[in-house]
Amino acid sequence: MSKNSLVSISDYSKDEILSILDSAANFEANPNRKTLDGKVIATLFFEPSTRTRLSFETAVIRLGGSIIGFSDAATSSSSKGETLNDTIHMVSSYADAIVMRHPLEGAARYAAEISPVPIINAGDGANQHPSQTLLDLYSILKTQGTLENLNICLVGDLKYGRTVHSLLMAMSHFNPTFKFIAPDELKMPDEYKVFCKKHGINYTESTELNDNFNDADILYMTRVQKERFQDLMEYERVKNVYTLKNEMLVHSKPNLRILHPLPRVTEIDPDVDTNEKAYYFKQAQNGLYVRQAIVSKVLR
Amino acid sequence: MEKKLKVAALKDGTVIDHIPSDKLFKVVHILHLDSCLNQITLANNLESKKIGSKGIVKIADRALAENETNKLALICPDAKINIIRNFEVVEKRPLVLPDEIREIVQCANPNCITNNQPVQTRFFVLKEAANTHLKCRYCEREVKVEEVKIK
Repeated sequence: MSKNSLVSISDYSKDEILSILDSAANFEANPNRKTLDGKVIATLFFEPSTRTRLSFETAVIRLGGSIIGFSDAATSSSSKGETLNDTIHMVSSYADAIVMRHPLEGAARYAAEISPVPIINAGDGANQHPSQTLLDLYSILKTQGTLENLNICLVGDLKYGRTVHSLLMAMSHFNPTFKFIAPDELKMPDEYKVFCKKHGINYTESTELNDNFNDADILYMTRVQKERFQDLMEYERVKNVYTLKNEMLVHSKPNLRILHPLPRVTEIDPDVDTNEKAYYFKQAQNGLYVRQAIVSKVLR
Repeated sequence: MEKKLKVAALKDGTVIDHIPSDKLFKVVHILHLDSCLNQITLANNLESKKIGSKGIVKIADRALAENETNKLALICPDAKINIIRNFEVVEKRPLVLPDEIREIVQCANPNCITNNQPVQTRFFVLKEAANTHLKCRYCEREVKVEEVKIK
């Protein structure tokens, strides 16, 4: 079992998080290096992904490493019934590290237990997606100049959205104030509210978006993810509940930046894209540098 | 007047005492006593000063394994285990939940890896004041100890 795996954001201390963000800034200044020359990285995507897979693969290629893997479970032996245990044992004999996305929650923790090479969790069901959290933190740091004492408004699917849960836990190091905006069906689960109380984090809740974010530094929008719903009737009731429009930003703070893990559907109107406060495409680009920092760290 | 025991004495084996009456048959189930061939005595709805109404299980010639006492600690933490040798109580064993429980609990999350692949379950035991929660090591979901599904 490798000790260098990154499964959950809670695996990293505050100092380790800040060190990754510092390293990402260095990669942004100079993304093309040959520090992974001769290394093979496996990208095992048992579930579809665009940004995460492409940015991990770009990160490795820009550092001089090579990529093996698959982007569709149907083309792997898992479709023949191979267990994750067998796949990991086989791939770890070929690769120096494994980047894995899997639809089952806990798959990454299990893989990290049995793998002799580091596992980087690129999303396990609705559970964890730590590289997304780190790129969110990097984007917040870049746009606000600090991670400390910020007002952060989380909007949309706060029940199933793994990005908001991980971001909440990661920001607990930096004394944030949260506003949770979600329909009743997709409210922030109690365990995360208990987490906030335990860590002395102030939060308020609302079901209305409107201009409820005028005191926010970060407006973090999320998509209502159809694939996480077991009850599709529930999905139909809430799928278009919020749409952020340009006119709603008139009274927002000048330093406000809008983040979104992407893909978006209807929750941000395209007329917001040209607003200087829209940061989601740059946020996706930041993922490249953060993932260069992560791959470099786990292989150190 | 001669006092009579309501439950027959045990020569060698294990007595589980102070089981809340509504948990007795759950204890029978989780210890798989329905398929146990040892002599077993069950009694229920006995008067108890401590808990009002209690059940007792006596199993002849059998010691409980660690995973069995862990199961009991989950569903009736205040029950008492007495080890009997030649009609004497030679050991009173309190039920204590360890910091981690393996295998005996099923994760409540249907999308957890442990419910879909051959992976042994592991739960962290989180004790806070009067509340005890179990947290799945894999999918990280928490469940109240009263709501756990024991295998």
